[in-house]
Amino acid sequence: MRNEDKISSNIDWITVGFYSLFVLLGWFNIFAVVYDPEAAASQSMFDFSMNAGKQLMWICTAVVLIIMILVIDFKFYATFAYVIYGLVILLLIVTMIFAKEINGSRSWLDIGFTRIQPAEFAKFATALALAKYMSPVNVKFEYLETKLVTAFILALPCVFILLQNETGSTLVFSAFVLVLYREGLSGVILFIGVLSALLLVLTLIYDKFIIVYVIGALAFVIILYLIQAASNSTRKKMLWRNIFVVMLVAGVCSGVVFGVDFFVNKVLQEHQRNRVMVLIDQELDPKGVGYHVRQSKIAIGSGEFWGKGFLEGTQTKFDFVPEQSTDFIFCTIGEEHGWFGSTLLIGLYVAFMLRLVFLAERQKDKFARIYGYSVACLIFIHFMVNIGMTIGVFPVIGIPLPFFSYGGSSLWSFTILLFIFLKLDAHRGEVLVH
Amino acid sequence: MNSIQRKVIQFVFIFVGLVYVGRLFVLQILDSSYKIEAEINAVEKIIDYPNRGLIYDRKGKLLVFNTPVFDIMVILREFKVTDTLEFCDKFGITPDSLKGIVADLRKDRGYSRNKPMPLFKQLSNEDFGKIQNFLSDYQGLYVQARSVRSYPHKSLANALGYIGEISKTSIEKQTNGYYRQGDYIGISGLEQYYEEQLRGQRGVRFVMKDVRGVQKGHYRSGEYDTTAIAGENLVSTIDLELQQYGELLMQHKIGSIVAIEPSTGEILAFVSAPSYDPSLLSGRLYSKNYGRIQADPLKPLFNRPLMAQYPPGSIFKIAQALTGMQLGVINEHTRFSCDKSLVNCHDHPSPTDLRGSIQWSCNPYYFLTFKKIINQDLSTNKFKDTEMGFDLWRTNIMSMGFGSKIEIDLPNVKGGNIPSNKYYDKIYGDLHWKFSTIYSLGIGQGEISIIPIQMANFAAMIANRGYFYTPHLVRSIGEEKRTIDRFKIKHQTTIHPKYFKPVIDGMEQVVQAGTAAWTRSRDSLVICGKTGTAENPHGDDHSVFIAFAPKDNPKIAIAVFVENAGFGAMTAAPIAMLILHKYLKREPNKYMEDYVINKDLTGKYGSYKK
Repeated sequence: MRNEDKISSNIDWITVGFYSLFVLLGWFNIFAVVYDPEAAASQSMFDFSMNAGKQLMWICTAVVLIIMILVIDFKFYATFAYVIYGLVILLLIVTMIFAKEINGSRSWLDIGFTRIQPAEFAKFATALALAKYMSPVNVKFEYLETKLVTAFILALPCVFILLQNETGSTLVFSAFVLVLYREGLSGVILFIGVLSALLLVLTLIYDKFIIVYVIGALAFVIILYLIQAASNSTRKKMLWRNIFVVMLVAGVCSGVVFGVDFFVNKVLQEHQRNRVMVLIDQELDPKGVGYHVRQSKIAIGSGEFWGKGFLEGTQTKFDFVPEQSTDFIFCTIGEEHGWFGSTLLIGLYVAFMLRLVFLAERQKDKFARIYGYSVACLIFIHFMVNIGMTIGVFPVIGIPLPFFSYGGSSLWSFTILLFIFLKLDAHRGEVLVH
Repeated sequence: MNSIQRKVIQFVFIFVGLVYVGRLFVLQILDSSYKIEAEINAVEKIIDYPNRGLIYDRKGKLLVFNTPVFDIMVILREFKVTDTLEFCDKFGITPDSLKGIVADLRKDRGYSRNKPMPLFKQLSNEDFGKIQNFLSDYQGLYVQARSVRSYPHKSLANALGYIGEISKTSIEKQTNGYYRQGDYIGISGLEQYYEEQLRGQRGVRFVMKDVRGVQKGHYRSGEYDTTAIAGENLVSTIDLELQQYGELLMQHKIGSIVAIEPSTGEILAFVSAPSYDPSLLSGRLYSKNYGRIQADPLKPLFNRPLMAQYPPGSIFKIAQALTGMQLGVINEHTRFSCDKSLVNCHDHPSPTDLRGSIQWSCNPYYFLTFKKIINQDLSTNKFKDTEMGFDLWRTNIMSMGFGSKIEIDLPNVKGGNIPSNKYYDKIYGDLHWKFSTIYSLGIGQGEISIIPIQMANFAAMIANRGYFYTPHLVRSIGEEKRTIDRFKIKHQTTIHPKYFKPVIDGMEQVVQAGTAAWTRSRDSLVICGKTGTAENPHGDDHSVFIAFAPKDNPKIAIAVFVENAGFGAMTAAPIAMLILHKYLKREPNKYMEDYVINKDLTGKYGSYKK
């Protein structure tokens, strides 16, 4: 066991600083959301009957968690990675069975004094298991076996979270694709992923046959170009191979388009389809599904350059924006602190994530590096999707802004996620390098 | 290890951040529509209605005041009743009528579950007191205080007028954009004429509201708010006591009484009969009552002192006498025989001088006087001479306030008619008419028409010996008792004051020993008057009387007009006498008072059409 002095000198205080800043800013903004100017005298940030007061309580308990994480031996996390993973999977199954249905999902578990959302904790557990599995030197991503096991580790929690009807939380696991990319996953897969997303959006906007025709036309032009190029070259053998690849890609793309069309119209449930459609056409039904996005954009847009000032926002404070303490907390920043404040916050998050990448890269241990990338990428996905939905570039997917949004489960899970990494980072010098 | 993968990941992080910052730049800075939408969302403009000004009579008695009424508003989203029967019992309604009220609310165009809607409208103080204690038992019930016009009497309705919701056309016609739909505005009478003073200035508050429409304090700490300024009080020239007495005397009759203080032009009494109780057109039952009053064949809403046009009859002889003397065609000693071959007359001593002609209301005297006025031998052409004489006559007559609108402080005044030579030119052709065409004007018949307020003003002008102040109903406005300048302008007639003496002497004799002698009282008060009987082709003649008193330094001038009441002496004269006595605090003739009050002419109005 390490004593506290050692920890305080080795821990990355810059990251701790980012963490504290986000948590405090989050707390202030949650207060701004619930602030009622008519009852201002009786309102306090420390009132535990209000969200701001409750968040303070969550912050305090998070500090206790931090101390516990830092006190536990750093080798514990690698050693018990699978155990933790297993326990969380078990918890997910239990939740799925026993949880009461809230807003169509069975993801909240009542533990007496409060409710927790086990799906939140699946993130760090999966990160630990993934890092543990891939840490031995002999496990290389080129092997099919590695790919299959990795896919299994990632897919297992996804399945149970999906079964809880928490599509948003499942989406977060796509963060691990970036981690795997860092660890040797082919860039082509990443490219295909982005391409698929692009095709998805195009399919939603345009008729599927038009897209397929365009793909066909593009492929035809490229093949003509290849033939033209080959006539001036001696390597005729490569021509057939290239033409085959182009036709294959075009075929796959067309398949994706039809697949997406089928998926959206036949597989997705009504509310999910609406969320996606609202993203494409935001004026669609402004009082219904589009209401969230519309009100969110009004709140942010009305902030202008400097914002309306702390506690001066009207849209968020007076409940025009739904879920404003949790998923739509960024609206408060946008409305009260304007473009200036929003840019500053986005800058802080980007700097924070780059710092995490820097920390991950300086690990000598593969376990700590993979885990570190997982932390950075999970935070990135939350950041991208959460802010993206408030400004209308992502569908409304109910996931929180890390450290910032109101809620115990989310704050706890991100705190655990981050501080395990900081604990590992603090002991990076003690790792035996193979 | 600085792999390409690391760089790609770092690039992705920065790229997404930059895209978002750019997207926010568009939302927050380039596109200003969101700011407007935010204000529409969260800022509500609330209008504070000031109290409308009160109206007092000349002695300080209240004529019009405001009574608070209470609307019980309900926000249906918050409104929960567990025991409907108990609720209905407490609020004194039946469950069916409650259902009906709520169903009506839902039909309302502005229906919202989140906004206050009126559940019970315009409860009186008393009714409100009964339910006040129960309000706190239920969520979602709110009280909104408003006020309606109230009257501590049943008089003067036609002069006071009423207020009502502004019409769509009035909203469209207004130039300064002050009024909005649902606003109350003076629709007639003083309420309309003094609307701007009475209404005050509306206040505006901008309050923030949340998504449920609940108010959340001042927008920008009230920096755009304006406070409501209460309407100004009016002090009327009316003497309520005299007004009520006049209305009593006019019961069961159609007609007008206008009494004026000659030295100021202040109207002391303004009776339009029949009238209605002004409180009927205030508050909850406005529309119902309005329909009923409007349907009354006797037309209580018709403001007779200002709008009823009649031939003046014999009172016009005074104007002729004055004009004749002013033009030098007669003098106070001029004598004419009562030659009934010229025009019909009643039996009286003959011949008469000017005083006697007024005392006995001699028709041939004025036939001849008018002839002398018209044909003065100013031109050798008989027609030209007629026209010249006629123009001189008309100028003098019009200077006495006839033939044009009296600019009283009430809306909808008629001007009456003194025909012009153009009028006759049009009918008979240029210079193709002469005295024989127009002779009936001489005794106040024919094409001449005047309105009661002009008669009263005429009486005041005689009392003043040649000038008048525009008759008006408001003495002063507001706290600082502002007066109205145009009512202080002395309107001088073309008649020299010296010509009034013989005329007024004649008027004194009318009451002492002439056509109205029977109304003479034993009192020392010297009253000057003139009877008139306006011929009415549709039925019995109208009874007319003008008078002023005392003879020297007159305090009150009056004109009384009673439709279908026969000779001027029969009805109009005693009414005028009683009012003069009342105002000058003399003993009224009880017998005459009973006679007038009990005189019921409603039988004559059975086929009344106007």
